[in-house]
Amino acid sequence: MTPGRRWALLAGAAVLIGGAGGMVRSTYVLGMLIFIALNGMAALGLSLVMGFAGQVSLGQAAFYAIGAYVSGVLTASYGWNGWLSMAAAVLAGAVAAFLVGLPVFRLSGLLLAMATLGFGIIVYYVLVNWSAVTGGPSGLTGIPPLALGGFRFDTDARMLWLAWGCLLAVLGLAGNVVDSRIGRALRALHGSPAAAEAAGVATTKLKLGVFAAAGATTALAGALYAHYLTFINPSPFGFAFSVELVVMVVLGGTASLWGGVLGAAIVVLLTEGIRALLPLLSASHAAAEYEIVVFGLVLMTFMILLPGGLAGLARRAA
Amino acid sequence: MSAGALLDVQGLGKEFGGLTAVRAVDFAVEAGQIKALIGPNGAGKTTIFNMIAGVIEPTRGRVLFEGEPLPVRRPHAVAARGIARTFQLVRLFGDMTVLENVLVGCHGRGRAGWAGCAFRTRRMREEEKRLRERAWQVLAWLGLEDRAHRPAALLPYGEQRLVEMGRALAGGPRLLLLDEPGAGLNAEEHARLAALIRKVREAGTTVLLVDHHMDFVMGLSDEVLVLSYGEKLTEGLPRDVRRDPAVIAAYLGVEAA
Repeated sequence: MTPGRRWALLAGAAVLIGGAGGMVRSTYVLGMLIFIALNGMAALGLSLVMGFAGQVSLGQAAFYAIGAYVSGVLTASYGWNGWLSMAAAVLAGAVAAFLVGLPVFRLSGLLLAMATLGFGIIVYYVLVNWSAVTGGPSGLTGIPPLALGGFRFDTDARMLWLAWGCLLAVLGLAGNVVDSRIGRALRALHGSPAAAEAAGVATTKLKLGVFAAAGATTALAGALYAHYLTFINPSPFGFAFSVELVVMVVLGGTASLWGGVLGAAIVVLLTEGIRALLPLLSASHAAAEYEIVVFGLVLMTFMILLPGGLAGLARRAA
Repeated sequence: MSAGALLDVQGLGKEFGGLTAVRAVDFAVEAGQIKALIGPNGAGKTTIFNMIAGVIEPTRGRVLFEGEPLPVRRPHAVAARGIARTFQLVRLFGDMTVLENVLVGCHGRGRAGWAGCAFRTRRMREEEKRLRERAWQVLAWLGLEDRAHRPAALLPYGEQRLVEMGRALAGGPRLLLLDEPGAGLNAEEHARLAALIRKVREAGTTVLLVDHHMDFVMGLSDEVLVLSYGEKLTEGLPRDVRRDPAVIAAYLGVEAA
């Protein structure tokens, strides 16, 4: 896709979202759309890691948490400007990913899964136990909504604009990267690591770069999450969320920019659908227990029928 | 061993778990030469190539390029020193276009990083323009301009070999390593390949190639090194090497008298 066409597409999406923000009144629907954008950002990063670096991360929730807590603590406890704290959160996400990836990508094998699994657990325990800063299990309150001058992003409709605005900006920037020296090196790495190296691509450094970029976009989503809910506690940032992000990427497709967003939309809608339908099917109140079973079945079906994900299907159709 | 050699291979050896693939081989490649490594299958040609290119670590010995030792186990760093290569089985980036494949070969000529690329800074756009000009130049030189926007995987095999050569040349290497460039080509394509390799040399790139197609190698090379069972059998001008009884024995598989 040419840069012009890509930006036109993004502008079209922006108009659509802007309209939706003005027209949709249900906070339930708005909330879902916001979460599709936030999870989409995180899944976009992970899809690049899985698609280009060829490794899976089982600890993306930790980078989401780092984004949420860095921006949350800096604003709520230290009175920082929200945009500044969000920038700090993005930087923290990138640096954390860089440090985790540094020893991992030098070695071959699926070490990233192990390292990030451990990292996710460590971050979770720090959040729970470092009460003086994070508020511990009971969480951190009083995070101010983001504001532009006098305009505060404190309603769901306004947050929808901000979240989708950020997602579209990330998509635009990522699209720029795909169409550049770095993007070609990434696709070369995906095609043949040996040939990419021979052509002068420092593949270890490149994989580290993808992972740091994913850490940054995930932390951005986390920071937006904190300023949207104005309250955070550790429980949503556990292993289950990391796995959910992997599911989004598998459903949407790897190494494609829209795949992660598509996957996020499916998972969010599916979760809500299951929550609405399961109580009707079973007499018990254990619907939440069945949720995971349905997810498992959907995931297996996709792996068998659509290994390239939905984005792969779209590519085949094109 | 002359002091001014472009590539100076010194006592290079490789063992794979007790099996000796290459046993202390010495040779040099002078700037401006076309030199060939030949030998029967399993003689260690590709192993030597992979040691020079920094893919595998030698068990002993070292390789000097322009007087300085080459990095080990870091092929991209070897490429950055000005050594490009092709592979025995063509390894193109199949779903990328021919132009993009050659542009990857220009990677080392660019500096743009993540931020520069994401925000399309002016410096990045100027650099991108330079890289594209270079890639088009290479395509024109190889006569592949009309294939530029085709996915590389859809090209016929002979043209894929050319694209791989283009990718290797795009960086402007001082030494080009060709691993069996003639494999899978017919006689006519062989002749065209030989002409192209001469053209590469005339443009200022030294060539070291591995092949076992005798006629092709003998007609093309300035100097030939014959390997057998990981050892240097002989080295010299093609016409001398061709008459060497040890070489004939190695190729025909009889005991040397």
